[in-house]
Amino acid sequence: MYVAVKGGQQAIANAHKLSAEERRGNPDVPEIGVDQIDQQLSIAVDRVMTEGSLYDRQLAALAIKQARGDMIEAIFLVRASRTTLPRFGYSVPMETSDMAIRRRISATFKDIPGGQVLGPTFDYQHRLIDPALAEGGAPEPAETAPADVDAQSPKVLGLLGQEGLMEAAGDGDDDAEIGDLTRDPLDFPADRDLRLQNLVRGDEGFILSLGYSTQRGYARGHAFAGEIRMGEVAVSFVPEELGFEIEIGEVALTECEMVTQFKGSSKVPPQFTRGYGLAFGQCERKAMSMALVDRALRAGELGEDRVAPAQDEEFVMSHSDSVEATGFVEHLKLPHYVDFQAELELVRRMRAEAEGKQAGTGEAAE
Amino acid sequence: MTQSGGSAAEHTARQRWMSVLAKADWSELAPLFAVRDDKPDYRFLRAPETGLVMLRGRMGGTGNPFNMGEATVTRCAVTTQTGIAGHSYVMGRNQAHAEAAAVLDAMLQDQATHDVVEHDVIAPLEQAAQARRQSDASRSAATKVEFFTMVRGED
Repeated sequence: MYVAVKGGQQAIANAHKLSAEERRGNPDVPEIGVDQIDQQLSIAVDRVMTEGSLYDRQLAALAIKQARGDMIEAIFLVRASRTTLPRFGYSVPMETSDMAIRRRISATFKDIPGGQVLGPTFDYQHRLIDPALAEGGAPEPAETAPADVDAQSPKVLGLLGQEGLMEAAGDGDDDAEIGDLTRDPLDFPADRDLRLQNLVRGDEGFILSLGYSTQRGYARGHAFAGEIRMGEVAVSFVPEELGFEIEIGEVALTECEMVTQFKGSSKVPPQFTRGYGLAFGQCERKAMSMALVDRALRAGELGEDRVAPAQDEEFVMSHSDSVEATGFVEHLKLPHYVDFQAELELVRRMRAEAEGKQAGTGEAAE
Repeated sequence: MTQSGGSAAEHTARQRWMSVLAKADWSELAPLFAVRDDKPDYRFLRAPETGLVMLRGRMGGTGNPFNMGEATVTRCAVTTQTGIAGHSYVMGRNQAHAEAAAVLDAMLQDQATHDVVEHDVIAPLEQAAQARRQSDASRSAATKVEFFTMVRGED
C-alpha cells in the first residue's frame, strides 16, 4: 500500500525552476527552437510521435524540448497531452499501397517493379563521426533523377502471393470489429489488431530486443525483409455531418513486411508467413522489430508451440509500454516512508523471533 | 448542422478541393486567403476546435484494419450570409487554417465565387503540392539502386 506524504511544496517549486534553468543550459548558447527540433532532429520527433501514439510534429518537437531530450519523458508528455483532446472518430484505413515512395527496398528480390529506392538512409554509411558537421554549413545539394510521381509501386510480397507460396494478407474486412487499447483495458488472449496497436506504441528498445531474441533462436524463425517502404500516405475521414469521405492531410509512414519460412502445421500448409510493422515517420528499426515480434506473436494462430518470451503475448504486451513501465519503475523513488516503516517493523520482529529460537535451541543443546 | 446534399459528381469536386485545402501548407494558403476581398460574411456553425482522429492501418498492408495511433485534427464549420455551409477538417492544430478552409469551402460551393477561388487558390495550391511531390520523387529517384548478384563458378 502506498501512503501519501504532504509537504515540501516550496522545495518542489524550486526544483522545477532549477530544472527549467538546467533545460535552458548556458544562456550564451542560442536557445533551440521547436522548428529546429522538428527539422534537424526529425527521427527523434518520429519516435516520439510513434510511441506517444500521436501524429503531430510540432507537439512532439516541443515535448522533446521540454523533456531536455529524454525520449521517454517526451513520449509521456505527448500521451498526457492527447488525453485533453476530444476524439472526433476513426480514419478510413490508410492505404500504404498508394504511398508516395521516398524509400523502398526489398532484401528478398533484387528486381522489383518500381525499383529499389534507397532514399534518405544511414545504410551503407561508414558510421564515422563527421568533424565537418560540427562547423555547420549547407550540405551538398541532393542529386535528382527523372521520376514519375504517378507510378505505382506494387507490394513485393504480392508477387510471391501469386504463386500461392505466401500467405495472403487478406483483402481487408472493414466491418470487422477493431479493438482500441485507448478505450478498453487490455485483456488476454488479445487478437492481432490489439497486438499491432500495442507494438506500435511499444518502446523501441524493448521491441528491438524481443525481435533480436527471435533471430537468436528464441522462437526459431529466419526472417527476411520482404519489403520496407517509407513515404507519405493520405489520411481520409468521414465526418458525420458530411456523410462522405474527405482527405484531411498526409502522414509519413514506415512499413515493414517480414517474410518467414514456415514448415506448416496441422492448420496451415508449408508456405511463407508474414510479420507486419508500421510506424510514424522514419522509424525503420522500430517497424522491422515490430514485424519480427508480430510474427512471433502469431504462434497460436499458426499452431506453433509457444516456447519463447517473444511468443508470449501477455508478457510482451504487458511490458512493452514505456510510459507504464517507467511509471512503475520510477514510482519507487517517491516517498515510501510509511510502507518501509512497516517492513522495518516486520523484519525486526522476524529477526527477534529468529534470535529467540536460536537462543532456545542453544539452551536446549547445553 | 447542415446536411450537405448534392450529387455524386458534386461530392467528387468538393472532395478534391477539400483535400487540397486540408493538405496545403499554411504558409502557402495564408497569403492566398488573406488577399481575398470577396470573402463573404459568415458566422460559425462550429468554431475551430482541435481534437483527435484515430488513424487506422491494415494488417500486412492490405488486410483487416487496426488502430495505429492518433493525429491532431482541427475542424471548423461556417455558414455564409447566403446560407451556404462550409466545412473543414485539417490535420494539425492550426485553427486559422481550419477556419480559412471552411470559408473557402463555402465560397467554392457558391456559383458566384467558385471559379475565381478555384483559379486563385485551389489551382496554385495544387501546383505547389505537385511540385513538392515531384521534387521528393526526383531526389529519391537518384537513389534508385541496381544490385548485382555475384555468380561464382560457371553458369
